[in-house]
Amino acid sequence: MTGAGDAVARLVRDEGTRVLATLVRVTGSVDLAEDAVQDAVVRALETWPRDGVPGNPRGWLLVAARRRAVDVVRREAKRQGKEAVAMPDVDPCPDPVVVRDDLLRLVFTCCHPALSLDAQVALALRTLGGLSTAEVARGLLVPEATMAKRLTRAKQKIAQARIPYRVPAAEELPARLAGVASTVYLIFNEGYTGRVSLLDEGVRLARLLVSLMPDEPTALGLLALVLLQDARRPARFASGVPVLLSAQDRSSWDASLIKEGVELVGRGLRRTPSVPNAYVVQAAVAACHDLAPSYEDTNWDAVISWYDVLLSVQDTPVVRLNRAAAVAERDGPSSALALVDALPGLDDYPWWHASRAELLHRLGSRAAVEALARAVETGLPAAHVAHLQHRLGQR
Amino acid sequence: MPQYAAIIYASDVDPTRPEAADLMKDYNEFGEGARAVIRGGAALYPTATATTVRVTGGKGGDLVTSDGPYAETKEALTGFYLLECADLDEAVKVAARIPGAWDGAIEVRPVVDFGQ
Repeated sequence: MTGAGDAVARLVRDEGTRVLATLVRVTGSVDLAEDAVQDAVVRALETWPRDGVPGNPRGWLLVAARRRAVDVVRREAKRQGKEAVAMPDVDPCPDPVVVRDDLLRLVFTCCHPALSLDAQVALALRTLGGLSTAEVARGLLVPEATMAKRLTRAKQKIAQARIPYRVPAAEELPARLAGVASTVYLIFNEGYTGRVSLLDEGVRLARLLVSLMPDEPTALGLLALVLLQDARRPARFASGVPVLLSAQDRSSWDASLIKEGVELVGRGLRRTPSVPNAYVVQAAVAACHDLAPSYEDTNWDAVISWYDVLLSVQDTPVVRLNRAAAVAERDGPSSALALVDALPGLDDYPWWHASRAELLHRLGSRAAVEALARAVETGLPAAHVAHLQHRLGQR
Repeated sequence: MPQYAAIIYASDVDPTRPEAADLMKDYNEFGEGARAVIRGGAALYPTATATTVRVTGGKGGDLVTSDGPYAETKEALTGFYLLECADLDEAVKVAARIPGAWDGAIEVRPVVDFGQ
């Protein structure tokens, strides 16, 4: 496809998401809205590159999609010998606030707690990310038939159980937002398993949440976190192999994303009056890394302090393990090993064994080899196995 | 307006124990409070009174009855309400007030409207 064609395709996809959100409101059905918007998008992709992009692309898509939806409803009604339900006209130039609210409703409908987390992620990718079922399946490493079934079931549940298409009331928001934020973060993280476009979707959705809830610490922290991690993307892989933070070429990090992320951490902290927000704090850790001139010059005191704050709201063995890695840099491997060895219940967690292998190696202990073997047994990703083997002089 | 079955899974209640009276009071309070959306429902006798019926080999096969509930678990189907609510969120909110939700679980399921 040509560069101009790409730009049109991107525009169609971005506007398509917004049009979908509005059409779900109008039709009350994710399924029907999706089919109708898909039809309109296909038509746009056929005609726009040839005839030029219309003056109001969103309005064009909205009118085309609504027309299609009305056709489908009429045909259905005729087939079943019933009267077609009235479908309200849509304003082809909807107020930006209405569109924003439609998107927000769609986010919260996709991430409704009555849907399984698997279904939430899949549906959010499909409707908000504009990915095809095949792409979602590939991204989440699930067979396409399984994914198609999962999506159908989720859309059926929305329709049959009447999962409402609405923004939760203020008092419900904190509980719902947690699910939405973890779904968005999951989408972003999936990007690192190989689907780079999922990184973009994660960032886009996090941006959307902030534009919808500019004062919400979870939204601010989430966006800060994904931006500060995404800033390292250019250095994160070398010929497809993950590069550890300590070995990354920091000059290729995206300075403007770092700047934006750090500002968001500040905004998030100012809006976190008493209980620190876990996303904001994780973003603060990421900011410490992004702002350090080199791995050795990282402000480990600050990193460890942020982990202490994080432990006060999210005391998990994994957080403690990450904190221990920072302690190793500040106080040396033996202090860190004592912390790592004291963590219970991580015997099946490959990163626990990998951390032990690294620390034991630094202490010159031959037990490092055993720890590495356990890390391999419990499923440490191949690239990290290779890195550790290299460190231990095994290759 | 859609209807939902709020199916209550909780521990069997021993009606000879004094707690049973408290529970009855809680259920009465719920019934009063949710009167506007309750369209029906029933409480069931304990699982000891249950008989499970099946026909082996499909339609026309042998009738097999056995003593006890279909699934032998600590929490069992103890009753249900038929609720009429605007959407799932409202039905979930009402279900959270059913006393069975406090020590068991409530399954909320939309009722098929055959007239639709």
